[in-house]
Amino acid sequence: MSLMGQLNRKALGLGVPLSVHLDITYRCNERCEHCYLEHDGDNELTTAEIRSFLRQLAEAGVFFLTISGGEPLMRRDFFEIIEYARELTFNVKVKTNALMIRGKEAHFLRDAGVEQVQVSIYSHKPDVHDAITKLPGSLSRSLEGIRQMRAAGLKVTLANVLMRSNVQDYAGVQALSAEVGAHYTLDPTITPMLNGGSSILSLRLPAEELRAIFRDERLVGNAAEFCAPPPAIDDAIREGLPCSAGHTSCYITPWGDVYPCVQFPLACGNLRQQSFREIWAGSKQLKEVRSIRAKHLSICSSCSHLGTCTRCPGLAFMEGNMRGPSSADCEKSFVRTGVVTAGMLAGHSASLPTASSSGLVQIHMPPAAAPVAREVLLSAASANF
Amino acid sequence: MKECYLVRSRTVAARLLGEEMIIMSATDSTLFNLNPVATLIWQAADGKTPLTKIVKEQICTTFDVEPAEALRDAQQFVLDLAAHGILSLADSPITDSKGMAVNRS
Repeated sequence: MSLMGQLNRKALGLGVPLSVHLDITYRCNERCEHCYLEHDGDNELTTAEIRSFLRQLAEAGVFFLTISGGEPLMRRDFFEIIEYARELTFNVKVKTNALMIRGKEAHFLRDAGVEQVQVSIYSHKPDVHDAITKLPGSLSRSLEGIRQMRAAGLKVTLANVLMRSNVQDYAGVQALSAEVGAHYTLDPTITPMLNGGSSILSLRLPAEELRAIFRDERLVGNAAEFCAPPPAIDDAIREGLPCSAGHTSCYITPWGDVYPCVQFPLACGNLRQQSFREIWAGSKQLKEVRSIRAKHLSICSSCSHLGTCTRCPGLAFMEGNMRGPSSADCEKSFVRTGVVTAGMLAGHSASLPTASSSGLVQIHMPPAAAPVAREVLLSAASANF
Repeated sequence: MKECYLVRSRTVAARLLGEEMIIMSATDSTLFNLNPVATLIWQAADGKTPLTKIVKEQICTTFDVEPAEALRDAQQFVLDLAAHGILSLADSPITDSKGMAVNRS
C-alpha cells in the first residue's frame, strides 16, 4: 500500500478529516457554461471567521486544504487567507482560473509554500475556451498566469473538463500542458447545479465520445486493461466504503455549511452555529454517510461493477438516494467495459435527462519534463527509531 | 559532529496524525511520515535548542534508548531531513526568521 493509502487508512481509523475543500467565495469573473454554482456573494464568511475556522480545521487534524471558489482571488483577503493557512502548516492547493495572477501573485504563492495550483483550461483554441468561460480573452490571460506561476517554480495542473463543445480539443490541451510544464488532468464530469438544477447536464459527452476517450492510450495507458471487464466481487469489496466523502474529507461553502463533498450537498451543519469538531463528530448526516458500506447499496450491491465503479454517492444523492446508483457512473462503467450495470438493468438511467452521458472519471498525467511526486517513508535508521 | 541546531522549513506542510507527523515538502511533493521518535525531534526543531539537548531531555526521557545510540541516530535523521530541504541545520542558534516554522503542528 502506498504511503498515501496508509495515511488515509490511519486517518479513517482515528476519525480524522485528512482533507478539506474550502470554497471561500462563489463569486467569479468567468461564467462557465457548465458551472454548478450560483455566483452569489452575500453574507460570505468574513476574514476573521475563516481564520477561526482554519484554526479549528488544523486542530481537528486536517492536512490537505484545497482553497477554491468561484474564483478565490475575487476575495480581497485571498492572500491573507493563504498566508494564514500556511502558517497553520496546511498542505495548500489552490484552484483558480489564473486570470488575476501575474508575477507578483505567483511569487507570493510560491513563497507562501502553496503545494500546487490547478487551473481549468477547456481548449487550446481561444474561441472554444472563451466561448465556454463567456469571457473574451480568458484563455490568453489564464495562460499568462500559468506561465508566471511556472516561471516562479510552482507546480501547476491544467484541469480539462470535457463536454460536447470541447471534446475534440483534449489532445491540444494535453500538448499545451507539456509545453508549459504542467500536469494534465482530464475530467468528463458535468454535475448538476448545487441547487438541484439539471439543465447543464445536457453538456455531458455522448457515450460514443466517451468510449473513444476511454480507449485513447495517450490518456489511459493500456486500454485493454483500463477497459477490462470487472473482476469478481469478494467480501472485502462488499465491506468497502463508497468513497472518502464524510469519512476522511469534507467540503465547506463560503457560508460555512459543511457537506461531505463539493459534489454531495448534504447539509451536515454550519460553522457559524457549531464548531467544526462538533459537526465532524456529531452530525447525524455524517454518521449516516459513514454507516454505508458497499453491501448496503440498494442496487449497486448486486452489480458486477461494485469493486471498480467510480460511483459517486453525491451524484446518487442528487438523483434522490445516496444509497442508490449514480446513473452517470453506471453509464461510464458500461461505456468503459461493455458490461451492463445493475442500475441500467433496473432502468435507472432512464430517469436522467441525458441517457447517454458520461460520469465521474479523472485521468491524471504528470508533465513529461517534471519529476513525478514521490513518496518517501522516512524513519531514522535504527531499531530505536 | 559539532553542536547542531535545527529549524523546520517554512515551505513544508505538517500535521500530527495520532503520534506520527505527516510532512510534505512543497518543493518536490515528497511525503514523509515520521515515527514518534522522529516526531519529537521535528517538534523540538525551533532553531534554539541543540540536538544534544533534544535527545537528552526529550528522547531519552520518553523512550528506552541508550543516549549515545539515540544521538547517533538523531544525527543521521536530521541529516536525512536536511538533504530533503525540510530542516535547516547550523552549528549555532538559528535566528533567521525566514527559516522558522510557526507552530508545532
